[in-house]
Amino acid sequence: MFSSATASTTPSAPTVGASLPHESALLHVAGRAHYTDDIPEPVGTLHAALGLSPVAHGRLTGIDLDLLRAQPGVVAVFTAADIPGPNDCGPIIHDDPILADGVLRYLGQPVFVVVAREREQARRAAALAKSAIQFEALKPVLCLRDAHKAGDWVLPPMHLARSQQPGDAALGVAQAMATAPHRLQGSFSVGGQEQFYLEGQISFALPQDDGGLHIHCSTQHPSEMQALVAHALKLANHQVQVSCRRMGGGFGGKESQSALFACAAALAARRLGVPVKLRLDRDDDFLITGRRHGFEFDWAVGFDDAGHLLALEVSLLGDAGHSADLSAPVLTRAICHVDNAYWLPEVSMHGYLPRTNRQSNTAFRGFGGPQGALITEIVIDHVARALQLDTLAVRRANWYGTQSHNTTPYGQVVTDNVIEPLTYELASSSDYARRRSAIAQFNATSPVLKKGLALTPVKFGISFNVNHFNQAGALVHVYLDGSVLVNHGGTEMGQGLNTKVAQVVAHELGLPMARVRCSATDTSKVANTSATAASTGADLNGKAAQNAARQIKDRLAAHLAAQWQVPAQDLRFEGGQVVAPDGRQIGFEALVSQAYVARVQLWSDGFYATPGLHWDRQTLTGRPFYYFAYGAACAEVLLDTLTGEWQLARADLLHDVGRSLNPAIDIGQIEGGFVQGMGWLTTEELVWHPTSGKLLSHAPSTYKIPTANDVPAALHTRLFNNANVEDSIHRSKAVGEPPLLLGFAVLLALRDAVAACGPAGAQPPLSAPATPEALLRAVDAVRAP
Amino acid sequence: MHEDLPTRPVRFIFRGQTTAVATPDPTRSVLQWLREDARACGTKEGCAEGDCGACTVIVAELADTLPEGHSAVVRDGVALRPVNSCIRFLPTLHGKALLTVEDLAQPDGTLHPAQQALVNCHGSQCGFCTPGFVMSLAVSHERQQVQGRCASRTELADDLAGNLCRCTGYRPILDAAEQMHTLPGPGLPLTGLREQLLALRASMLAGATATTSAPVHRYHAPTQLAELAQLRQALPDARLLAGGTDIGLWVTKQFRDLGTVIWLGDVAELRRITHTPDRRLHIGAAVTLEDAWQVLVRHWPTLSEMARRFAGPPVRHAGTLVGNLANGSPIGDSAPVLMALGATLHLQCGSTERSLPLESFYLGYMKNALQPGEFVSGVSVALPAHAQQQGWVHRAWKISKRFDCDISALSAGLGLKLDGETIVDARLAFGGMDAVVRRAAGAEAALRGQPWHEATMRAASQALLTDFTPLSDLRATAAYRQRAAAGLLHRLWLETRLHDPLPASATRAAPVL
Repeated sequence: MFSSATASTTPSAPTVGASLPHESALLHVAGRAHYTDDIPEPVGTLHAALGLSPVAHGRLTGIDLDLLRAQPGVVAVFTAADIPGPNDCGPIIHDDPILADGVLRYLGQPVFVVVAREREQARRAAALAKSAIQFEALKPVLCLRDAHKAGDWVLPPMHLARSQQPGDAALGVAQAMATAPHRLQGSFSVGGQEQFYLEGQISFALPQDDGGLHIHCSTQHPSEMQALVAHALKLANHQVQVSCRRMGGGFGGKESQSALFACAAALAARRLGVPVKLRLDRDDDFLITGRRHGFEFDWAVGFDDAGHLLALEVSLLGDAGHSADLSAPVLTRAICHVDNAYWLPEVSMHGYLPRTNRQSNTAFRGFGGPQGALITEIVIDHVARALQLDTLAVRRANWYGTQSHNTTPYGQVVTDNVIEPLTYELASSSDYARRRSAIAQFNATSPVLKKGLALTPVKFGISFNVNHFNQAGALVHVYLDGSVLVNHGGTEMGQGLNTKVAQVVAHELGLPMARVRCSATDTSKVANTSATAASTGADLNGKAAQNAARQIKDRLAAHLAAQWQVPAQDLRFEGGQVVAPDGRQIGFEALVSQAYVARVQLWSDGFYATPGLHWDRQTLTGRPFYYFAYGAACAEVLLDTLTGEWQLARADLLHDVGRSLNPAIDIGQIEGGFVQGMGWLTTEELVWHPTSGKLLSHAPSTYKIPTANDVPAALHTRLFNNANVEDSIHRSKAVGEPPLLLGFAVLLALRDAVAACGPAGAQPPLSAPATPEALLRAVDAVRAP
Repeated sequence: MHEDLPTRPVRFIFRGQTTAVATPDPTRSVLQWLREDARACGTKEGCAEGDCGACTVIVAELADTLPEGHSAVVRDGVALRPVNSCIRFLPTLHGKALLTVEDLAQPDGTLHPAQQALVNCHGSQCGFCTPGFVMSLAVSHERQQVQGRCASRTELADDLAGNLCRCTGYRPILDAAEQMHTLPGPGLPLTGLREQLLALRASMLAGATATTSAPVHRYHAPTQLAELAQLRQALPDARLLAGGTDIGLWVTKQFRDLGTVIWLGDVAELRRITHTPDRRLHIGAAVTLEDAWQVLVRHWPTLSEMARRFAGPPVRHAGTLVGNLANGSPIGDSAPVLMALGATLHLQCGSTERSLPLESFYLGYMKNALQPGEFVSGVSVALPAHAQQQGWVHRAWKISKRFDCDISALSAGLGLKLDGETIVDARLAFGGMDAVVRRAAGAEAALRGQPWHEATMRAASQALLTDFTPLSDLRATAAYRQRAAAGLLHRLWLETRLHDPLPASATRAAPVL
């Protein structure tokens, strides 16, 4: 039945662009949101734990399996020899053993899987690794620069130079450097960063009746887990199903590195024929998995009196750890972000990935971009201090242009540059100039406490640097009651992807949000998906879901148009109704019922591939990014020069998310990214034992992410009004990673405060993380006569 | 004799009913029981060491058993404490009530104000830390209701110091913490809980002490001091368990077998805070860190920053001050403070009691002066009104990578007795500078009898260099520890010098309360 009565215009609540709560918010607060460990366990479920290498480098000579099998509750122990297929879970290069075989590559490397009736029993048995693993110790490489000097890299070096001079670019840069009025050079290091997702790594593998496996895995990349498990177990991909309803945080740490645990749980479940769960203890998670790459930089800059960067040379050494993992694309993205928001006419970059006997470093929000961009911010800070100019003035002198001076070192033309108006707006709203002079006055009279201020920009390229990853699929089902189920290839890790995609579908079909539900990500629904990474989740999956919803909408419209004798394109889907220009309307549910009877397909797949991208991996040139996201942060700090302790006094954030799909979620990403970036550069210090190579900061007791008191009440966050120039989903922009770079402002403000302790032009020798100790050392250095 | 005690189930109120758990492993954590046995999975494990707060639950008990001057939130005669369930042993719930995130919404689904405010303010992203935040906020909500005032934003941040969130950057959670106070709703479901707890207590009294015996382990929970003393003599190798905020990790991280455990938490005499007639403050060995620090700060307001930065609420509400002292860690933050105050430890062996100055207790790295069969029953300190404290000024500070809830690189309890401008006496105690917390004899000597001038401070700083030979570790290098210790002496001088003393706001970068 349907009504063709006159339409009473129902004001339809906007879905796209509304600050709707996270789709799981009610479940989160009630403790009813299920994570992988909360899935009820079938009777007979066993639990696995991993035995870890006790040395950073060694030759594995044996494993005392009898000792392990004799432990209470232990059912089985598996080693590399038990893996039917290749012993590898490397995402790109096949150099990542699931279980150590022959060589022990780092302290914490998994060597065996022990399976027991209870998790505690498995953990206790695995803790005997020190006694059970027999090895001959070898000398570990624990220093990045040592490995670099030895020329031991996990992948070949990368070089990119761009010059305005004809001929050899590197030569041109060298000439520009030689003729620059001023030159500075230095070194800088920035530490790595642990993802510290609150939910640790976990996989739960359930054997199926036909020899297949269903794996619940906390992962950002179900398709890759599927492929790697199948590979290792010599199964076809279609025999392995991977599901993930939600993660308790990912941040890149569950992109490639959920694989080892998926493979280990799958191996045990396959061999034993019973469900096996592998949930890591937090300490093991720290010891096994990699994190953000720490970097060492050597830089030289040539500049003029106004602070224009006439020539820049940078060497980037990224700490790959023992294997390649995602280090190549991380380094590529680092090189592609050295420019940050600046026109670098003459620039030469050399990237290296030295191999060390440590965890293999991996993706983490920003994926090398933050490290690359940070070095130039440090260089600019040096230039400004050398010239005794305001740091923001020197930044402004170097912005990318809009008509010229707008080609990146890798050859992409920046066509959407808003950095000048954006930073102008932030400088005004944050009262930068007045506070700059107020701070100078404060510092002149305050004996112990010094203030620092910095305003730093962000330009971040959006898309995977690897072209073919920029695709997504979705599946939309409309059921006969008019309710809609959406499935897409992206994963929900807290970023609100499912909320945004549901908003897109609800908008498309003119339905209230309550009628649209996103289900768990599942390789049996959408195949061959890319990782939910590179900030592209909503861009790609939103478009794919929109595409699917549009196909259904078009079919429904065609059906109704034929009946009502109106052009299909004139029918509007809004407020749960379909409305014709003459005012006739029909409820969505009624139309669906009717269409079903008329044998109209009420579900659809959808697909999207980002247009216009190309990238040459050999020359490091092309158009790797669909567009850029921009932002800026202004931070003020208060530094105690007696101890090096400090506080963030105020932060103002202005960020470009295009036309926001959901402002509340976007602001959440911006602030969360800012605080995470601040943590990386200040409190989050990774410490390895200098000789054993053991990671000493391996739990929240020793690794300190920010707490509520580290965030000032004066945190002002706003969205920059700016529609995407590209045809992105509703002209929005990706928001996952770029705001992490807003945290730069805190480090640069600290550098400013330290500089205030010394004579004019002082250059604080401050690396990151800027712990109280590092800060006090820098204070002492600038005060030294 | 004690082996003859009957085995009894652990009984506590859960989901509105008395729950009996028969003969659990005494070191089974509340979190393990919740998630694995009760299949109540709302409470999450983030770290299993009491540092992330994802597992925060509320332990409720009869308020009339609390010490005078306690800092627990009390409503309807029931005291509420947020604690980390990951390092709380299940038998310690005996006679108490356990509230988890699943208890908060009303039967009709109406959310608790803390939950509703988090939804309204977009305070959850991945949601994994959220149940823990909800529980900490729920206690904060009750306290504000009881006090009839809204907490400041910094107080709310202090309430959340034991909860980590990696997604939001905290701003929306703090917004929710402010907003929840304005929302309607009954708060925690406490109706009838006091009666249930009373009934439970009555049934327990009928059945003597809670002693569970497993085939291997033993667990004793004496309720009277004499009983404890007797047990301790009979079982000199038994492990004394107070808050368990350190011992819990021996189990979850080191798989140590604790052997026989004697739980101090229910010993009535040890739960007391008393002001003795001779003007001393006495804090029993089962008094929580939260209660003890609040009392100390009431008497010595200049200790407030140390109290604030000492762990987070879920640890402070479980751990004990005396446990922190008796543990003997060189980085325990209470020892330097109490040393600077001239505290005395009270030891008991059978019916024999003795006292000794706190600084005499520590003999070497994790070695102390306890004799077999002896235990620390409490700590006492002369109150400011006491003749011993006349003329003294005190400060206590810690230095760590993060402001809140971090283990100190170094900490200091600093006391000066001034007569005019002359330093009559000094007590400078440092943690993190040696294998034990101890006083800086050389620096103290450099101060005694001298005028409190910059040159004196510099001389004392110089003496610190020979007083201590600190180690380098993951928290700090030896050089930094020396340098920052001198910095704290410098700060002491700036704040306490007679001429132009600086206020704390000019010497420290701390979140403003």
